[in-house]
Amino acid sequence: MPFRVLRVVLFYLALLGLWQVVAMLHVWPKYVLPPPNEVWDSFWTYLRSGRITDAVEISMRRLLIGYFIGLVAGVLIGMAMANWKWVDETLGSAVLGLQSLPSVTWVPLAVIWFGINDKAIIFVVVMGSVASIAISARSGMQQMPPIYKRAALTMGASRLQTARYVQLPALLPSMTQGLKLGWSFAWRSLMAAELIVATVSLGQLLDLGRSLNDMSLVLAVMLVIVAIGLFVDFLVFGRIERFVQERWGLAT
Amino acid sequence: MALLRRQLAEEREDTGALLELRDVAKEFLTRRQRTKAIDHISMRVQNGEFVCIVGPSGCGKSTLLNIVAGLEHPSAGRVLFDGRPIVRPGAERVVVFQEPALYPWLNVRANVEMGLKIAGRNGADRKRLAERYIELVNLKRFSKAYMHELSGGMRQRVQLARALAVEPRMLLMDEPFAALDAQTRDVLQQELQEIWARTGATVLFVTHNVREAAILGDRVFVMTPAPGRLKREIGVDLPRPRSPDSHAVVDLAARIRAELEHDIYAVPSPEDSYAI
Repeated sequence: MPFRVLRVVLFYLALLGLWQVVAMLHVWPKYVLPPPNEVWDSFWTYLRSGRITDAVEISMRRLLIGYFIGLVAGVLIGMAMANWKWVDETLGSAVLGLQSLPSVTWVPLAVIWFGINDKAIIFVVVMGSVASIAISARSGMQQMPPIYKRAALTMGASRLQTARYVQLPALLPSMTQGLKLGWSFAWRSLMAAELIVATVSLGQLLDLGRSLNDMSLVLAVMLVIVAIGLFVDFLVFGRIERFVQERWGLAT
Repeated sequence: MALLRRQLAEEREDTGALLELRDVAKEFLTRRQRTKAIDHISMRVQNGEFVCIVGPSGCGKSTLLNIVAGLEHPSAGRVLFDGRPIVRPGAERVVVFQEPALYPWLNVRANVEMGLKIAGRNGADRKRLAERYIELVNLKRFSKAYMHELSGGMRQRVQLARALAVEPRMLLMDEPFAALDAQTRDVLQQELQEIWARTGATVLFVTHNVREAAILGDRVFVMTPAPGRLKREIGVDLPRPRSPDSHAVVDLAARIRAELEHDIYAVPSPEDSYAI
């Protein structure tokens, strides 16, 4: 374990070193490729002024609300698609179409419908994540051993009880990838929406960096996003994966 | 739907038996042809009986069990449980499947509690009943274990405990020991006899293993394939518990086997298509 941690630390130090060296060679001017220390300065300045923490708080709240709605709706839609053929043929085709639509295309509509506010952005996040979660839930239902449902039925379970007690938890192993995919789609949608709908947020900080030609701010915000992504992956999705491995006995 | 409602509304018939099948048939439509899986099945099961149906694979015995379970519907004939037509699966007829139909995200106790949870029993009731039946199948030490940590035999015990916990009026067992090794199967056959004696359950047990049928059954129906029919009924009044190696059991098994072999090698009549 300590060696593996060391290896990861060394990797990032090397990456940082390479970046610093390239920046110091002045191949590109500083405003095109700022060196790491300037990015750090920029990060520190904006962190101390509270703008980064504010932005993270607001963006995360939108992301979590949007993802949660997308998750609940996606799982319900996916289960319905697997359960009733007519839902699959009607709503299912719409969901497939939705998945091929970049979520940023919803922004103009969202602004007209909801105005320049949280609701518009949350709506875009939902539209960006719901389709991939629904599709993953449907395929999870189809891969599920049919004996799970039969066993529940012979114990007298209703359709709703079967869905709640058996099919929903049984979806977990096949849906771990789908949940992650939905999360990353939610992030993308959030950033796209926030870059356009200018309110205090991470996306707005990015846009600010662009208008000030301040690439060190842009890079600082990007690094914050990456850090949040890794943190959530480790804390939430890593835990789900470990739980599945433990319970289903897939651990090596 | 209309048919379902009519059947539900039907008056209870006094058949004098817990389960009665009257001239039941089941046809499957495959791409080109109609295949009769079972035909002309009539039988009665009394309260507290242990009835075995023995036949080769593909003879339709699982279809028959699924019909009693309410998981499949007959194409013809009547299936009455306690005088009422069977229209859907229900907790009074719980199935123990051949494959371990257990839930990997739940531990042994939560699996056993599942049927009780479905029935809406409260937490204390569920715990009490689950613990009682887990102890009955000798799994007390493993009540916190998860399914992948258990052997095949232990998983079938969990299934048995889960089925018994809802206290069904009839236990339907679909070759529950067929996938186990011979030693484990012997042990479980003995345990099932004890459990049956202690709980007084009514059991309909389907198997292809003639000795298993001889050890467990009060009555044994011999089923022959293409289409599946009940060829002979054999009453067994051997004392219990029956050991797999006792002369009486071995003799009876030989008798059942002779009935089966006669038919496996027989030429099927031309109007019946094969179901295998």
